Amino acid sequence: MSTANYTVPTVAANPGNADNLVEKITVKNLDFYYGDNRALKNINVSLYHGRVTAFIGPSGCGKSTLLRVLNRMYDLYPNQRATGTVRLDNDDILAPSQDLNLLRAKVGMVFQKPTPFPMTIYENIAFGIRLYEKLSKPDLDNRVQQALQRAALWNEVKDKLDANGLSLSGGQQQRLCIARTVAVRPEVILFDEPCSALDPISTAKIEELIDELKEDYTIAIVTHNMQQAARVSDFTAFMYLGELVEYGETTRMFTSPSDRRTQDYITGRFG
Amino acid sequence: MATLASGASSPLYAKRRRKNAVAMTLAYLATGFGLTWLALILGVLFYEGFSGLSWRVFSEMTPPPGASGGLLNPIIGSLVMTFLAVLMGTPLGILAGTYLAEYGRYDKLSSVVRFINDILLSAPSIVIGLFIYELMVAQMGHFSGWAGAVALAVIVVPVVVRTTEDMLTLVPDTLREAAASVGLPRSLMIQKVAYRAARAGMITGVLLAIARISGETAPLLFTALNNQFWTNDMNAPVASLPVVIFQFALSPYKDWQELAWTGALIITMAVLALSITARFLGGERKKS
Repeated sequence: MSTANYTVPTVAANPGNADNLVEKITVKNLDFYYGDNRALKNINVSLYHGRVTAFIGPSGCGKSTLLRVLNRMYDLYPNQRATGTVRLDNDDILAPSQDLNLLRAKVGMVFQKPTPFPMTIYENIAFGIRLYEKLSKPDLDNRVQQALQRAALWNEVKDKLDANGLSLSGGQQQRLCIARTVAVRPEVILFDEPCSALDPISTAKIEELIDELKEDYTIAIVTHNMQQAARVSDFTAFMYLGELVEYGETTRMFTSPSDRRTQDYITGRFG
Repeated sequence: MATLASGASSPLYAKRRRKNAVAMTLAYLATGFGLTWLALILGVLFYEGFSGLSWRVFSEMTPPPGASGGLLNPIIGSLVMTFLAVLMGTPLGILAGTYLAEYGRYDKLSSVVRFINDILLSAPSIVIGLFIYELMVAQMGHFSGWAGAVALAVIVVPVVVRTTEDMLTLVPDTLREAAASVGLPRSLMIQKVAYRAARAGMITGVLLAIARISGETAPLLFTALNNQFWTNDMNAPVASLPVVIFQFALSPYKDWQELAWTGALIITMAVLALSITARFLGGERKKS
């Protein structure tokens, strides 16, 4: 477990009370609707800077939906709406006036399937940077290199930056997507089942990466793999049927969950 | 294994094999029947047209009956009108297809547009010719190359709309979400990501549109008409290969008929080459 590099706050039902934690994203009374179907019910949760929060629960429980509210990804589709309050620092994410492009540059996302753009490895990274910053060629090269190093991909691709991003293996593609996300310097990174299409070795690399990235970012990860949640996260939220059943420190959630349903899910009795 | 072995010799299995043999034979016969006609058409075209292929065909104007000549002016006329039609029709088609696939995907309006486009796609080309005749030729008082190009453009648009929409719809939504997730506005997402992912298919669509219009005769009969001579003026009637083939083939003169065969061979080869290129590009897309 990756709890060595910071002091674990003593077991608390509401870890938000601990002094050394800075709330980055605060979700209050969030409801979400697909048409008339209420997919999220009164969600209250906080994401902390420098910490990884894992969302676990059976399929269709609303984990991914919740993640897609945090960068307003659902806005790409009609008939989907969210009510309640979601704050990024003091900025209201759900406000109609919210600039979605700026929001998404601040709240990056890595998807289940690797989704490199149909362009070169270099362009995959440089593309996002150029959107918001005008850099000289050497500066841009630098940023691309940094991002690829950050995603532990540099050594594998430094000699073929001009190759198509799609020519990489699945695990490399996913790290390319992480590099792409990191390159635009977000504050929050959302991982939506980032390893479910990857082999165990690639999965281990991504998990290592998440552990390194968390020092600088606020990270949320949706996963179906409970061992993964236990390995990478500091806090865990268990969701069931659109509700947030229980939320707390990962160590406590996996050793002494207070809700019966959480215990049943974690011990594999359903889900 | 034992059940499979006994199953293989069972009457039920034998009956299924017989049925399969009959169905396969019928399918082969049907395929052969279709291909026979294609082979016959190509064979006759080569037999009648190949002997007429010479440098003269590409360097001399259409001759009066009894004199020698070539097909230079209709070849150039066809190329220029096709080029102009593609120039006018492609941007319109791509923009409309982009609306259907990207901006208007969930709008009611787009299902109306899609329906109308499908009608236009299958509209008889002679109707399009008559329409442009009324709209341009009757208004201007004379036949012109411009009218011909516009008539062909009207045929290009629905083909390009359809292929653009289809190809953009094939671009997975996850790629759109990925583009949005780095803060890319929709307009840039379409230009830089969706178009790039759909590029091969969209080019194939334009090539197919060119193949479609290069053989069209009816819309040109009412618009560009024909011209025995060379012209640089798109406001004047312009010769085109299909119309010249139509005129020459129906004529009683032997040398005109031979030129018509040669022209038909040239068009067929050009369309064949375009189709093969389109096929090739389509195959490339599937691999990537």
